[in-house]
Amino acid sequence: MSDRSDQVVQLPLPGFETAKRQWRSEFDGQMKDKPNPKNRSGVEVKPVYTSDDWDPSSYMDDLGFPGQLPMTRGIYPSMHRGRTWTQRQLIGLGTPEDFNERLKTLIASGASAGSLIPCNSVYRGYDGDEVDPLLLGTCGAVVNTVDDMEICFRDIPIGDFSTALNDPSPFTLLALLLAVAKRRQVPWNRISGTSNQSDYISHFVCNHMFFRLALPGARRVLTDHIVFAQKHLPGWNPLSVVGQHMQQGGATPAEAMGLTLSTAIQYANDCAARGLDPDDFLAKFTFFFDISISFFEEIAKFRAGRRIWQRIVRERFGAQNPKAWRFKFHAQTSGVDLTREQPLNNIARVTAQAIAGIFGGLQSLHTDAYDEVLSVPTEHAARIAISTQEILKREAHLTDVIDPLGGSYYVETLTNEMEEKILSVIEQIDEAGGMYAAVESGLVQKIVGDSALAFQDRVDQGEETIVGVNRFQVSEEDELPRQPLRPPQADVIEAQLERLKRYKSDRDQAAASRAEDDLARAAESEDENVFEKIVDAACAGVTHGEICHRLRDVYGFGNPLIVP
Amino acid sequence: MTLAQHDSFPPRVLVTKIGFDGHDRGSRIVASFLRDAGMEVIYTPPWQEISQVVRLALEEDVDVVGVSSLSTDHLLMPKLMKALDEAGLGHVKVVVGGIVPDEDEALLMDAGVSKVFHPGVGREEIVGGVAEYAAQARQLRSEELVT
Repeated sequence: MSDRSDQVVQLPLPGFETAKRQWRSEFDGQMKDKPNPKNRSGVEVKPVYTSDDWDPSSYMDDLGFPGQLPMTRGIYPSMHRGRTWTQRQLIGLGTPEDFNERLKTLIASGASAGSLIPCNSVYRGYDGDEVDPLLLGTCGAVVNTVDDMEICFRDIPIGDFSTALNDPSPFTLLALLLAVAKRRQVPWNRISGTSNQSDYISHFVCNHMFFRLALPGARRVLTDHIVFAQKHLPGWNPLSVVGQHMQQGGATPAEAMGLTLSTAIQYANDCAARGLDPDDFLAKFTFFFDISISFFEEIAKFRAGRRIWQRIVRERFGAQNPKAWRFKFHAQTSGVDLTREQPLNNIARVTAQAIAGIFGGLQSLHTDAYDEVLSVPTEHAARIAISTQEILKREAHLTDVIDPLGGSYYVETLTNEMEEKILSVIEQIDEAGGMYAAVESGLVQKIVGDSALAFQDRVDQGEETIVGVNRFQVSEEDELPRQPLRPPQADVIEAQLERLKRYKSDRDQAAASRAEDDLARAAESEDENVFEKIVDAACAGVTHGEICHRLRDVYGFGNPLIVP
Repeated sequence: MTLAQHDSFPPRVLVTKIGFDGHDRGSRIVASFLRDAGMEVIYTPPWQEISQVVRLALEEDVDVVGVSSLSTDHLLMPKLMKALDEAGLGHVKVVVGGIVPDEDEALLMDAGVSKVFHPGVGREEIVGGVAEYAAQARQLRSEELVT
């Protein structure tokens, strides 16, 4: 007894330091020289965090309150307490009829928003009659004409429904939707939703699911489409900047965030150069991110991204409108983390990813189906993906408290460290002359490609464990109650092609040709709004493929700029 | 496949994507694996026409064609196999990597595809497999030349 009290007296240090030192020596004794792990973005992760790492007295500088600068804790005062996120599952099935049926089912089960995924032939800028019919409708809806779009939204009041269109440049799906609205006499100012994946830069760099307008053409059409939305579509978000492509393509979470913010800076500069007011256009910017399974890293990525963005819009663009400071984002759980081995394990992975996104403060969430790595998702797997969101919300009560990890020594430190990493990427892109120039030179492709390889190396060397793949392999496979979606029957596709043929022969040919010529003229001109002419063309009966071809004639095909 | 063969004439491999999909992370990674393993890799961007693949395979005199598929582009494989055969490239071995549903694998194998590498297959297995198929292709070709 007396020995111990002597010890206390002999130590002049406060309890915290003593305790820490003791912990350190015990920890080192047990762990020997095992180095700290690093997260995917290269941040070294310590075994424990304290006020040495993040000092709570910097609360107001670092966090503030939800909906307040610096926005770390979320962009709205009530965040998920007030309104949980939008559940946006991607849907895209063979024909417009299939899509319409599926959409109605979703609406019957309570969905207030939908999203349209077109067939890959549409992504590539072709109509159904110019491609191998074998692939038509195998991974999305074949939508080429106003009639097709009309069927997609049959019996659906498009003026009261939010639609996300997976619709890269030149935004023909939006043009077709507006043409349907015109037919139905629904005023355009009631059309709401998002041009998903309007970010041509991320398409150029990573997944290449775009129409291959060459870079200058893609840039022109995007800016025109933002200008058009500003004028005619108050309920439309014309821009979704896609970090998801960057990260799925191989960028680390910090790189993906940095490159995405640099992309948004590029677009904001392009809008400002057109004389648009940052307070207006920045309030319409939205983002789309990947959520990997690197749990805390993702949470810190989103918190840091939010904090950086409000600084960028205020400092670089002078935005005064608080709506312009909001970093609104949709997120999707990462398909790259899912495994073919023991695919039911993917439900656990998606759950962890989704929690990270929710704690990161997302506005909209897509949870992947567990069988996405096997095929186009089945109904069964899609249902589980949606239930996962409901369980997290209603059973696990993840939405009761706003930014529940705020103030955690670890999360705050990691948020600061991720912020540094992200800022260094933005600086690198600034030095390269901005995102457009950095893509033209191949710098961005190199960053992403190098990181993809580095991650694969870590997996191959067992530094990253993937259960069932490089550890804990089992010989028996999960029995899946799957009924795989099969490609549409040949006769269904034939009927679709027949309809396209009839559409082309029945339309007012002279009006369609005039509209096409107008479009080409606008594309060649310096001052006309090209997107306005795309909408006019859609209204005059010009098809998706024809619009894309006319634009390609003027702007040329874009090469994917792959860096070997 | 002996190392000696491998060393003197490194396998020539075309890594490509057909159809509409543009996700090329997989094909780029595999191309650099194979290159790092000492093979001569001819790499293309996505969206190659079947005729372009055949022409490249001929001009570049490849032993193996590797096709990466993420969505449903693998459904075109029977057409590619037929086209290669018609061009007199029956000796060339063809492998597919990416997302191929189990229920479609038979379609590919029946069409003459040598192997489907599913997600999760490691670098060594891919490199080893391709090297072996390259050796088989050389063997087949030398037999063809003799006869």
